[in-house]
Amino acid sequence: MNYFYLPLEDWTNTFVDDWLIPVLGPVFDVIREYLLIIISVFESFLLWIPAEVFTILLTILAWRVAGKGVALFTLIGLFFLGSVDLWEQGMQTLAIVLVATLFSIIVGVPVGILSAKSDKVERFVRPILDFMQTLPSFVYLIPAILLLGIGIVPAVISTFVFATPPAVRLTNLGIRQVPTEVVEAARAFGSTPWQMLIKVQLPMALPTIMAGVNQTIMLALSMAVIASMIGAPGLGAEVLRGISQINVGMGFVGGLGIVVLAIILDRITEALGNKR
Amino acid sequence: MKKIEVKGVTKIFGSDPAKGVELLKQGLSKDEILEKTGMTVGVRDANFEVDEGEFFVIMGLSGSGKSTMIRMINRLIDPTVGEIYIDGENIVEMDKEQLIQTRRKKLGMVFQRFALFPHRTVLQNVEYGLEVQGVAKEEREKKAMESLEVVGLKGYEHSKPDQLSGGMQQRVGLARALANGSDILLMDEAFSALDPLIRKEMQDELLQLQEKLKKTIVFITHDLDEALKLGDRIAIMKDGAIVQIGTPEEILTDPANEYVANFVQDVDRSKVLLASQVMRKPDVVTTWKDGPRVAARKMEEKGISSIFVVDKDKKLKGLLTIDAALQAIKENRWVEDFLVQDYHVTSPDTPLDELITVAAETKYPIAVVEDEKLLGIIVRVSILAGLALGKEEMNGQ
Repeated sequence: MNYFYLPLEDWTNTFVDDWLIPVLGPVFDVIREYLLIIISVFESFLLWIPAEVFTILLTILAWRVAGKGVALFTLIGLFFLGSVDLWEQGMQTLAIVLVATLFSIIVGVPVGILSAKSDKVERFVRPILDFMQTLPSFVYLIPAILLLGIGIVPAVISTFVFATPPAVRLTNLGIRQVPTEVVEAARAFGSTPWQMLIKVQLPMALPTIMAGVNQTIMLALSMAVIASMIGAPGLGAEVLRGISQINVGMGFVGGLGIVVLAIILDRITEALGNKR
Repeated sequence: MKKIEVKGVTKIFGSDPAKGVELLKQGLSKDEILEKTGMTVGVRDANFEVDEGEFFVIMGLSGSGKSTMIRMINRLIDPTVGEIYIDGENIVEMDKEQLIQTRRKKLGMVFQRFALFPHRTVLQNVEYGLEVQGVAKEEREKKAMESLEVVGLKGYEHSKPDQLSGGMQQRVGLARALANGSDILLMDEAFSALDPLIRKEMQDELLQLQEKLKKTIVFITHDLDEALKLGDRIAIMKDGAIVQIGTPEEILTDPANEYVANFVQDVDRSKVLLASQVMRKPDVVTTWKDGPRVAARKMEEKGISSIFVVDKDKKLKGLLTIDAALQAIKENRWVEDFLVQDYHVTSPDTPLDELITVAAETKYPIAVVEDEKLLGIIVRVSILAGLALGKEEMNGQ
């Protein structure tokens, strides 16, 4: 089938080497700097707060939001993290997940709102989301390293890229699912578009949006191991070390730590979305 | 002054509405335009006026354009061409800000499926219109409570809509529309989603409310009975066009064309109503022991010229006319000998249309009889009243 040769590989390299890095390099340096500050605030806070206090607080939160069962699991799960000596790694992973999720929500929800309000925006955004979700993450890890170096910042950005689509999609869906008549009612009583969004559409879409946030967190956690390949610390790095040393136990314990965090975050955010 | 004036309003849904308008001018029908261009004619050249305080009903089947029509009055849908004046101001030409103000101050709307905000309490639903205007919390809650009281929902203000029945939800919808204090109420099939008993109740209450509030109401329905009951005037729509505007009497007695005539015939009350539904309790019945003097006095009291005679078991014996009663008194004979038997007897479940000709010919009331017992009588007046008022009203008596 090679009737002609498409030098896409060379083009891409030329684009990255001659344009992306020289032109956007300084921009990414700034991004890197600020991102690093935000991440270290999260990370140092989570590492500063005593494990016991954190465990009690999260258990109470789980109990209030999601009930006894989840609270018990939270308690046992966090004890497990401490007992296998992975507390620090667990908090590092949590910091990466929280920062990436935060950015996913900050970017994803407004984009979701825009695509719900305009079919044109939706048509434009959809293929980008497909791209973000299906492109193997290693592919954008390479330019991320070139632009941002090795470490926690490219890890957060790759996680952000991978985890944002559900926030956009489910915000879009949630707003579009608000019944036409209810939107008509809000308009008929003289709402401005902004009032309509704040007072009617977002509150009614909230459970769906929260389902999106929940998915975002899950995807962010599932990136933990891959992100550690470009130098992110945490439970993922533990798993990676287990793999490289062919230490099954080490990999298993690290992996189980990720699962524990995932279940706790999933149950709590899920309950938040269904609450009311 | 006219409260609402609709002048030459047309709505075409599709890619090139202007072309659709052009084709309409050339006289193409809705179906032809759909076939030719794929565009749908929502409303074609609608013209009507609604007076202040008038209850104006727009009636049509689904697809007749009535929902589109009502949504153009507050511009939830923009007309393709035409003018719509609210209090003399053309809403079609208003900019966004003017439009929002007009909707807030002048137009309330009630929706078929209630369209309440599920995340808000009943009170918060009702105060929504005032809230978006920036009215202070205390004042808007006071007004919202007042309008909740008007619709009889005091005590439910902190419930969520999904805790209420359909009828109560629509009361919330009505209260929400009333809370703004706007003069115009747009009601889009407001009672169609309710079950028949609740619907009738809501209709009655709306009529009572209207006596007091004197709003200008535009009410959409697909139900002719509802239209006849509620409307001061009725506009009938078909395929996007208004085919007749008139009072209920005019619509019933003088249909503008075959379509309206068929419509009116379809819901012909005479076929729906049964003898038992229009009959009334026999005013007075002389038992066998009553003599002709008692019968004569009762007839005199009630102002009637004949009376049915039954025995102790309510079995019908015959009819005594006033002349016969007087004759009996004079000759001092038993009433039995003077009873007439040439009145018409019918069963309770006879449709009314079978009785109309009988009622016209017979000079006596029609006796409704079951197992030889007299259940009631039907006079010409009962038939006419039944035709005009409908089944539910007659049963309510």
